[in-house]
Amino acid sequence: MLYALVLLPLLGALCAWIVPDNRLRPLVLPVTGTIHIALTAILLGAAPPPSPGGWIWLDPLGKIVLLSISLLFVVCAYYAVGYLAYRQERPNRVLCMGLLVCLSAMSMVTMTQHLGLMWVALETTTVSMAPLIYFNHNARSIEATWKYLLLCSVGIGLALLGLMFLAYSTYLAHHDATLLLGPLMASARELNPAWLHAAAIFLLVGYGTKMGLAPLHAWKPDAYGEAPGLVGAMLACGLVNCALLSILRVYQICLASGTEIRFFQQALLGMGLLSMAFAAVFMARQADFKRMLAYSSVEHVGIIAIGLGLGKGALYGALFHLLNNGMTKVVLFLSSGNIHRSYSNKTTDVVKGALTRLPWSGGLFLAGFIAITGSPPFSPFISEYTIVSSAFIDGRYWVGGLFLLFLVIVFIGMALTVLPMVMGAPPVDVEPNDYKDRLLTVGPPLFMMTLTLLLGVWPPEFLVVLLKDGAAMLGVLS
Amino acid sequence: MIVLADQLLVLVMLINLVMLGTSRLIFSIRAVAVQGVILGVLPGLIHPFSFHLTVITVVIILAKGIIIPFLISDAVRKAHIRREVEPFIGYVPTLLIGAVFTALSFAFAQNLPLAPEHKDLLFVPASIATLLTGFLLLTTRRKAISQVIGYLVLENGIFVFGLLLSEAMPAMVEAGALLDLLVGIFIMGIVINHISREFSSIDTSRLQTLKEE
Repeated sequence: MLYALVLLPLLGALCAWIVPDNRLRPLVLPVTGTIHIALTAILLGAAPPPSPGGWIWLDPLGKIVLLSISLLFVVCAYYAVGYLAYRQERPNRVLCMGLLVCLSAMSMVTMTQHLGLMWVALETTTVSMAPLIYFNHNARSIEATWKYLLLCSVGIGLALLGLMFLAYSTYLAHHDATLLLGPLMASARELNPAWLHAAAIFLLVGYGTKMGLAPLHAWKPDAYGEAPGLVGAMLACGLVNCALLSILRVYQICLASGTEIRFFQQALLGMGLLSMAFAAVFMARQADFKRMLAYSSVEHVGIIAIGLGLGKGALYGALFHLLNNGMTKVVLFLSSGNIHRSYSNKTTDVVKGALTRLPWSGGLFLAGFIAITGSPPFSPFISEYTIVSSAFIDGRYWVGGLFLLFLVIVFIGMALTVLPMVMGAPPVDVEPNDYKDRLLTVGPPLFMMTLTLLLGVWPPEFLVVLLKDGAAMLGVLS
Repeated sequence: MIVLADQLLVLVMLINLVMLGTSRLIFSIRAVAVQGVILGVLPGLIHPFSFHLTVITVVIILAKGIIIPFLISDAVRKAHIRREVEPFIGYVPTLLIGAVFTALSFAFAQNLPLAPEHKDLLFVPASIATLLTGFLLLTTRRKAISQVIGYLVLENGIFVFGLLLSEAMPAMVEAGALLDLLVGIFIMGIVINHISREFSSIDTSRLQTLKEE
């Protein structure tokens, strides 16, 4: 059944390729998405044991990420049907196929225990997303695509070199090079420390580029800014979480080695704080609201990295934030896509009074903003609170203090962009177009927003257990 | 056989320098194709013969020696360009930097904690030198095509290191990595084509509309 998660989207991609009609083709997406999430729900309850070679195993960390991407995809799939109905002038074959191939590769990332296979799947997600960023076919989007493709390919190439170093450290230890997670962790204490150290650095830089941790985030504002909202959501939730899972695997190996983890945690902490600082600086006075969302993504991967860097109690918060950030980003990107469509513009000079012009999308964008900046009662508040409180419990006042300071700056910076956008009177000189809020373009983000609220008020028992299991794999014994 | 492998690795490093020194794109593409073929032959020289090995050799030569160079030269033809003009740093300086990098990678490899059986081989210095050449091409050249070639050289460098540990990367994973590379280059070719239509040039220094004000 696990393999179905990978094969089903590929089958869907084949269908999308065959269907000749631009109107019918997007329907493949919700069908695949619905079956995918049903399968995911069953597998979360009862995951099969590891495969004989130890290559395929859905462990708790994989489950968390799988849940996140499956939810993301099904929401985006229903939205896509509504969105593409407005974009009938553009052929959508490549878009549909790209989304499905990416889903297949992302599912592969969550379930494999072989780091080489994981790398291949991750590179597939990079490549399959590139044509999607270029969906609008204009000069700006091609520039964004080029930067994304080149930077991410080089970044992930460095990660491959890191994997080679890791394999070499096992070769020196027992003349039997391997990249399987199980044997790697079992023998982590005997690995050659110099090569392991080099591997950790290269893997962090490589996967960090893909994740968009500062100072490796250069491609992110461009790609998120120019891609359609739907693709932005896939990038900000799906690809980020898959890259994050790869970093978690490295974290596990470093933890098992006993010595390397100190360095790895400190590096994550430093990059996390730097990401938040970058976001805080560039978010202020950001006129382009999609680029603003990209910096918000940089900020939140920073928050997760800080959670991982702190370790202990913050790990639970980091894993929970992985889910929450993804869900809230989906709401923000999809509703911002609607606003962009309605105004045919994505700068705050033109976009004003969205709440009047598009009550639903404007309202969702505002709610998403409140949630992502960590205000109660939404779930990001809980995860951010967990991270910052465990920083203070550990006596790391500087980290906790800086964390809070950056959160406040980001809140102010983001509010300065978002509030004028949604409040006030819409400009009179914007020509009206045929875009209106419909069930299919508003329903999916509304569903996600409700889920964020529910998780904030009452996180279900199974999720808490899952997150605790995940945190236990990263070092906390609950 | 090991001696032959070492000689081929010297050839790989010489090709790096050739690529740094030339301005003709077609020539660079041919050079990278030759490098790809050498990389395909190398596993056969250092590992005992097996069916798995033959498949890998054929696939690598096909992908790195034939298909990828074809894809890039196709993009060159469609974009109507022949030469790299005005790189950020001139050819002679990059050539010198490349030579210094190659020398340094020998010195660096001497100090690495390698397994005794790898100590006297050229794999590690060749890998580092090729990697650095790739970076140099990526950062100093303006044309999108030259950057793709730089990326390929970088990948080749990583690949040379991977030759030391063929058992860590099972055939399926290796084939997957090659396929990703292939599709990646294919998409880059398409993007280059669109860049040249949109900007009437594939000069990447013109790609600078997107930035913070």
